[in-house]
Amino acid sequence: MKRLMLGNEAVARGLYEAGCGVVSSYPGTPSTEITEHVSEYQEVYSEWAPNEKVAAEVALGASIAGARSFCAMKHVGLNVAADPMFTASYTGINGGFIIAVADDQGMHSSQNEQDSRHYAIAAKLPMVEPADSAECKNYVKAAFEISEQFDTPVLLRLCTRVSHSQSIVEENDRVEVPLKEYIKNPQKYVMMPGNAKGRHVVVEQRCKELIQFAENTSLNTVEYAANNEIGVIAAGITYQYAKEALGDSVSYLKIGLINPLPLKKIKEFASKVKKVYVIEELDDIIETHCKKNGIDVIGKELFSNIGEYSQKLIAEKILGKQTEFAEYNENIPVRPPVMCPGCPHRGMFYTLNKMKLTVSGDIGCYTLGAAPPLGAMDTCICMGASISALHGFNKARGAEDRTVAVIGDSTFMHSGITGLINITYNKGYSTVIVADNSITGMTGHQQNPTTGKTLRGDIVEQISIEKVCDAAGVKRVRVVDPNNVEELEAILKEELAVKEPSVLIARRPCALLKYVKHNPPFKIIAEKCKSCKACFKIGCPAISMANGKASIDSTLCVGCNLCKPLCAFGAIAEQGEEL
Amino acid sequence: MNNVTSIMIVGVGGQGTLLASRILGNMLVGQGYDVKVSEVHGMSQRGGSVVTYVKYGKKVYSPIIEKGEADIIISFELCEAARWVSYLKKGGKLIVNTQKIAPMPVITGAAKYPENVVHNLKATGCHVIALDALSLAEQAGTAKATNVVLMGAISTKMSFDETIWEQTIAELVPAKFLDINLKAYRLGRMLKVEE
Ligand code: SF4
Ligand code: SF4
Repeated sequence: MKRLMLGNEAVARGLYEAGCGVVSSYPGTPSTEITEHVSEYQEVYSEWAPNEKVAAEVALGASIAGARSFCAMKHVGLNVAADPMFTASYTGINGGFIIAVADDQGMHSSQNEQDSRHYAIAAKLPMVEPADSAECKNYVKAAFEISEQFDTPVLLRLCTRVSHSQSIVEENDRVEVPLKEYIKNPQKYVMMPGNAKGRHVVVEQRCKELIQFAENTSLNTVEYAANNEIGVIAAGITYQYAKEALGDSVSYLKIGLINPLPLKKIKEFASKVKKVYVIEELDDIIETHCKKNGIDVIGKELFSNIGEYSQKLIAEKILGKQTEFAEYNENIPVRPPVMCPGCPHRGMFYTLNKMKLTVSGDIGCYTLGAAPPLGAMDTCICMGASISALHGFNKARGAEDRTVAVIGDSTFMHSGITGLINITYNKGYSTVIVADNSITGMTGHQQNPTTGKTLRGDIVEQISIEKVCDAAGVKRVRVVDPNNVEELEAILKEELAVKEPSVLIARRPCALLKYVKHNPPFKIIAEKCKSCKACFKIGCPAISMANGKASIDSTLCVGCNLCKPLCAFGAIAEQGEEL
Repeated sequence: MNNVTSIMIVGVGGQGTLLASRILGNMLVGQGYDVKVSEVHGMSQRGGSVVTYVKYGKKVYSPIIEKGEADIIISFELCEAARWVSYLKKGGKLIVNTQKIAPMPVITGAAKYPENVVHNLKATGCHVIALDALSLAEQAGTAKATNVVLMGAISTKMSFDETIWEQTIAELVPAKFLDINLKAYRLGRMLKVEE
């Protein structure tokens, strides 16, 4: 059957069809849906791991045990998983092993824009890159074959525009791949120095063989145009952009195996056309490969190493073609993402802002607390960094600082725990707020160890954040409802006053969770409203100005009661309340 | 080579643009076209500006649409139409829901919500069809069906039989909401808007 499929869904389909046995991942946009779709196939064991390093280790363990295995992450997640990945390159595999990494060119939802091809080169691993959903499925199969043929993990590189676009995929049946026999082999799997030295030799030999393979694999394809004016070397999504912009008027070398790169093949291609363009988003990896081997190509002198490309950009740069478009001659206000109406983080950030605290932030929905009007976040570095960075901040500036760290429940499990342990161990005294909304919110509601449910929704032991903090040596652990802003403020004052580590768990489930009951919408009594805009300070998107008075959008408001106490004139009323 | 039709669906996170793109995409696959649908997930779903590209034809390469390339834009919100109108082709059609949702900078007073948007949109030379899809959806039974009202409106600008649209909606909408959604679709379709 042929179906429209998200690139990520097609990767999942490929895993199913290729007989994959074990999948472990940590959610991260734009990679998240792969694992969610895998969980729909009962034949494949799938789970959320607390972070990418654990996920990669689980999948490698499964591979050594003989199963085809897989893990998925976003580009910054690969930084976390880099440690096991580099060594997995040495141990090699038993059952085929794929690490999928989704780059986010243009930073649609990421804290940096990194080119994960560097990792493939550094770890000496083959990397493939599909250009649409159909290729997503097929490349998963090809990657398992390469993995098993060359005894290596294989990287599958995706990007936002491939992961999150839908195109047509033909579904096939699953091929059952029996577990490979596990044979004890410490020289291969125990990476202590003596063994690792031997394995490095194997890795270098494998690199040579892979280069041979790159010259001949059908993953790299050539299409010659009728004329020999222009040749384009592209991979993944940039091939699609080029194809749309330039059509059949130019020749293409489409590279599917992006590490290692073929040299003979590129040389031959370059010799048959007059001018060669390399079109690659982010860094100049293919271009450098060409140039250092004496192949004359045009690349970054024309194309940026920042952000995404498009067919329009390519048509402009290569054909000098400009498209006409209408301009709207007035400034349109930007529309940044905001915390949802009824979001449990709103009361917390409102309080932090009111108290003028310095806030060490982290990655999640609550990162949105950095934006006005709440504007209550000073730093945001990477997953788990809030707690450790705060400790450093406090060690540097001393005890007088009014500082807190804010971290979500999922991020706390991901890598906040180690930072907390560091605080107690190294005589820190920082105050940490765990914003526990009982779900991994930002990526679209994935379960995590604190939610008491697995990826498939099975009920499991719920990891208690309180007890984890207790075990980490934190004596002061308190739980508070962030919507009770007075109590939150009072407790914060107490905790900031003591010179010992404390954790404040601000617990209230995400407003979008299905089981969260909402109240009827509140309303503004226009006659009482003095237009003072005090209610705007919480930044609820349901409240705006209409005809000079505040107004609550009844389709958005969930009656969370945060705004009502802010109005000194009693202009905010609950449904049915006396005027 | 350019026998590809490009449609953009723009709006505000939470307005149901994803379902709309799914209805459109599935309907087109059913008609035998090569189809590509592209959306950006993540942060943009939290009340930010969202955009989905739907492209179809004999063979579609790029999943995205650039400035000056869209044949039709359906905007779920008034000022989003102004934000994206430059993506329209010369002479392209713009279907706009006149509902206003204030962005945060407007709420905080840092920016102003634009005025006379429909008038200014027309002044850019594109073909504007403005409708109050929210009221129509409420008339059908729920404000949540605004997206399907807009699917009804766009269906009048495309040459596919209405039974195909209705079938696709039936496939994608949960059974208990089907009646309301079909009603919403028909209200959108019936609309003989001033053009
Ligand atoms: S998804 Fe949940 S946690 Fe995230 S902003 Fe919305 S209400 Fe808050
Ligand atoms: S009660 Fe007030 S703060 Fe809460 S969702 Fe409604 S308008 Fe927003």
